[in-house]
Amino acid sequence: MTMNNKKIWRYFFLIPVIVYVALLIALPLLYILLISFFKSDSYGGMITTFTIQNYIEVFDQVYINVFLKSILIAGLTTFICILISYPFVLAVSHKKPRTQKILMTLVMVPFLTNSLIRMYGWLVLLRKSGVINQVLLGTGVIHESLSLMYNMSGILIGMTYTLLPFMILPLYSSVSTIDPSLLEAASDLGASKIKIFFKIIVPQTLPGLFNGSLMVFTPALGYFFIVDILGGGKIMILGNLIKNQFLTARNWPFGAAISIVLVLITSLLILAYRKLGGKMDDLGGA
Amino acid sequence: MKKIILKIEHLKKSFGEKNVIKDFDLDVYEGEFLTLLGSSGCGKTTILRSIAGLDPVTEGHIYIDGKEVTNLDPQHREVNTIFQNYALFPLMTVEDNIGFGLKMKKVPKKEIEKRVHDMLELVHLLGYEKRKPKELSGGEQQRVSIARGLINNPKVLLLDEPLSALDQKLRKSMQLELKQLQKKLGITFIYVTHSQDEALTMSDRIVLLKDGKIEQVDTPVTIYEHPNSLYTAQFLGDSNLFQGVVTKVEKEYTWVRVHETDLKILSSDWKVGDELDIILRPENIKISLESGKENPLQGKIIDQIYDGAVTNLMIRVGKQMINAMYLGNDKLYAKGQMVYMTWDIEDAIVLKRKSSDNEQ
Repeated sequence: MTMNNKKIWRYFFLIPVIVYVALLIALPLLYILLISFFKSDSYGGMITTFTIQNYIEVFDQVYINVFLKSILIAGLTTFICILISYPFVLAVSHKKPRTQKILMTLVMVPFLTNSLIRMYGWLVLLRKSGVINQVLLGTGVIHESLSLMYNMSGILIGMTYTLLPFMILPLYSSVSTIDPSLLEAASDLGASKIKIFFKIIVPQTLPGLFNGSLMVFTPALGYFFIVDILGGGKIMILGNLIKNQFLTARNWPFGAAISIVLVLITSLLILAYRKLGGKMDDLGGA
Repeated sequence: MKKIILKIEHLKKSFGEKNVIKDFDLDVYEGEFLTLLGSSGCGKTTILRSIAGLDPVTEGHIYIDGKEVTNLDPQHREVNTIFQNYALFPLMTVEDNIGFGLKMKKVPKKEIEKRVHDMLELVHLLGYEKRKPKELSGGEQQRVSIARGLINNPKVLLLDEPLSALDQKLRKSMQLELKQLQKKLGITFIYVTHSQDEALTMSDRIVLLKDGKIEQVDTPVTIYEHPNSLYTAQFLGDSNLFQGVVTKVEKEYTWVRVHETDLKILSSDWKVGDELDIILRPENIKISLESGKENPLQGKIIDQIYDGAVTNLMIRVGKQMINAMYLGNDKLYAKGQMVYMTWDIEDAIVLKRKSSDNEQ
């Protein structure tokens, strides 16, 4: 086979990916970008004139509040995920290889069920007469039912639960690249467990930490169904806003404008990551 | 009376069912260079890790400078470890790596800077302060890791095969450098190695380990020239083993029958009929074309192997192959030539044969 032939074959195998990215990601995104500059008419249609009115409207106080609330929820979710993931992956990484595999597979088991169905499952657990309240009341830990859903805590529980694996997986692969002798050396040189964590483990796992944060933070801005089900419709995040603009208000151009702003926020985060010295490769795997 | 800086009493360590260390006792004196020598799996690294506190011991006690540390965490022990793979912190500069221990002890910044500078000077790495470990060669990384340990002024520095990843030439020069460093600073070194070469060159005392037990503890000279077991004799240096039976005992000399020849050895408390192992180092065997007066063992030259400064000879006696050597390379002997081997009677190491040595 000649060199040329080889090249052709290589591109041949790339075709599915190229088609996938072009048709299902690039084109729709371009379409969204395009219609974000259109005007909507009163019947849910679009008038094809150029305007930046949609983007000006985004800066209305009402929407800015939604933005801030979304960032707060996404930020808190990310933070909680980090707090849970670090102890977990560190504990796992000290187990035997076989046990490690089993535990990490368990982390991924929830993916086997549709996430919407799992959210309805949480309703059973979290409601006033739900399993958690029953158990806590029964054992006398609390004397009055806790409000675990239709509020902020319900949303955070749902978000954390859904997105935790996306923090655990990159953090785990980052932690498992740390040479155990580094931890021994640090301990040998007089570092306490806490010092070892902050001086050795955190710097070494920064790529995984950022990768995980990005994979938790970004979807958390948009997972409207969690907010709908566990937030009881009282709280709105960007995801709800976009969904409502497209499906309820039938104002596609404005929905598109908010989507574009969301994409910009995400891109800025990735850019910040690169500025801080992170490599794009690290976002893929480890 | 030398001061005991490290005391190990009845140390035992098992991994599951496997007993790696079986009742190990050792006193280490202040300022000495002690080597734990043994083949892989003999437990030498396990002992080192027990001293450092990196692995819990199963039984026994460890004292550093009179203080029991058996159950203390590594960070509270006044010893430092040099790891086989250096274990430098990859994201820190050379200077931060070396200063790490002092920083953990909250030593003032100015003093850290000064001491790091002194250390860099000591290990000939001035100007490397801002480099990252991966920008250094293997030998340079090793120096950084040694500096990182020494800067804390440990009571004992533990070195786990620190030179095994370096090439032959660098290893030789690092051996001398380490030894000089140790003498200059007067810090006690416990050095783990499987290389008898390193052990003989560097140590004040060698602890030879076999299956988690001490086989012999002695100075390099004693352990090489007066091994108290066949295992020691064969582990350190090359050796030729003759197995024979005592045929005649006189006041000064004893005769042992080997290969149909009666070899003369110095009398000890041997009795007629005793089965003995006679061990001869290749460098102690003298080759001549005429039969000497004493111990004229005749053999046939099978091969000559040139090895730089010396030439190795392979000589067959009966069914046994004997290694001998001579300085230089002026080819005196031809293949197939019959020669006589003699040696100074004091050079023969004689041990009573143990039943377990029979297969040797």
